[in-house]
Amino acid sequence: MSETTTAAELPVYMRRDGFDPAPELGALREGERVGRARSPFGVDVWVLTHHDDVRAALADSARFSNATPMRGMPGMPVPDAATLARMRAGNPLLADPPEHTRLRRLLTPEFTVRRMRRLEPRIHEIVDERLDAMQRCGPPADLISSFALPVPSLVICELLGVPTEDRAGFEHRTSRLLDMSVPPGERMRLQAESREYMARLVAREQRDPGEAMLGMLVREHGDDLSTDELIGIANILLIAGHETTSNMLGLGTLALLRHPDQLALVRDDPDAVAPAVEELLRWLSIVHTGVVRTTTTEVEIGGTRIGAGELVVFALPAANRDPDATTDPDRLDITRGEVGHLAFGHGVHHCLGAPLARMEMRVAFPALLRRFPGLAEVPGTAAFRSFHVVYGLTGLEVTW
Amino acid sequence: MSAPRTGTVRVLADRDVCVGAGNCVFADEAVFDQDDDGLVVVLVEEPPDGDGVRRAVQTCPSGALRLIDG
Repeated sequence: MSETTTAAELPVYMRRDGFDPAPELGALREGERVGRARSPFGVDVWVLTHHDDVRAALADSARFSNATPMRGMPGMPVPDAATLARMRAGNPLLADPPEHTRLRRLLTPEFTVRRMRRLEPRIHEIVDERLDAMQRCGPPADLISSFALPVPSLVICELLGVPTEDRAGFEHRTSRLLDMSVPPGERMRLQAESREYMARLVAREQRDPGEAMLGMLVREHGDDLSTDELIGIANILLIAGHETTSNMLGLGTLALLRHPDQLALVRDDPDAVAPAVEELLRWLSIVHTGVVRTTTTEVEIGGTRIGAGELVVFALPAANRDPDATTDPDRLDITRGEVGHLAFGHGVHHCLGAPLARMEMRVAFPALLRRFPGLAEVPGTAAFRSFHVVYGLTGLEVTW
Repeated sequence: MSAPRTGTVRVLADRDVCVGAGNCVFADEAVFDQDDDGLVVVLVEEPPDGDGVRRAVQTCPSGALRLIDG
């Protein structure tokens, strides 16, 4: 089975070849540096590929705005202004400072490293429960549906106060919503369904605030936040909280299985785990671009002039495989100990949940590998997914 | 890893700029912490120069951290 995911209709910044960015993306970085592509939204965008360009632009929220709504997608009905504003409310990824600062400051206390350390024993329990279930059922198992997806999904449910029995529903909606091959009309409908679901949860918390994060937001910030903002915040936390880490766990495990010497280090040496997680984040760069930015003024990047009001995407896999930033960048080396990858972004929109994601991966990878020292992939079952906002695997059969 | 550095450095943190990503705490928790709002707290204002403190400054996403060589 071919693992080449290159498809003609995919923009260059989403094309991959197994674990690697497509060769043409690297060629763009080494050549013109800044390119043009037709986005899945049907509009032309600028593509930044060089590590220093991407890092500088990510840090420059004044000239690269997250708050400008995308122009319409072909085949997607254009919502009226009030609907659009409601759909965007509360999402820090769709706001610029100072609005972004206000929203982010409400959430930063909830994701501190110390908070995450308090959660660590519970993450261990959730991981162990999934491993117990895999062991009970016996091999072969689909690693994605039995481990990589449920672990972060259960953790974010608990953190937010989302009922775990709703998992199947929101996991399915999120996966389809972020899949660019799903027709725009259906994705629009799924987005509305996600909001309706979250509106019900927020209404319940407003009546009777629970102890988890949604209840806290209602109790402590119910007066500063509109209901639409509460819904938007809860929605983005739920989506970002499970979709990203689950793909790192799935794809990261496959990467280690195909580098057995490095897998052995993660399994056997506790000190190897934290740098391994950082290197997997860099090498896999599962988020292709993050949110499309709009220039607020004319800018010059890597010798290319881009006018005001233009759409710009940051090709994170290209930046994280830039030989000017990382020695021998296409080699996975969990011992390299280099820093400065852009997998969590950079600038004010740097991933809020990074401490949580790191904690989950630092617990889950070694626990999986120690429970099943003979873990092996069933050849031909690794299914890379191409059309998704977050790169990863749709399935991976394993034995042990 | 680079060779050990000698001497101390002075750490400057701008809490108005900080976005609470926690990278500095991961990089060097002897020097950096977060307060209850998630914002950076410098525990040791003039720490020994080292990889951890350099890494914290390099990976700070908001540009809130600066080092002044001792």
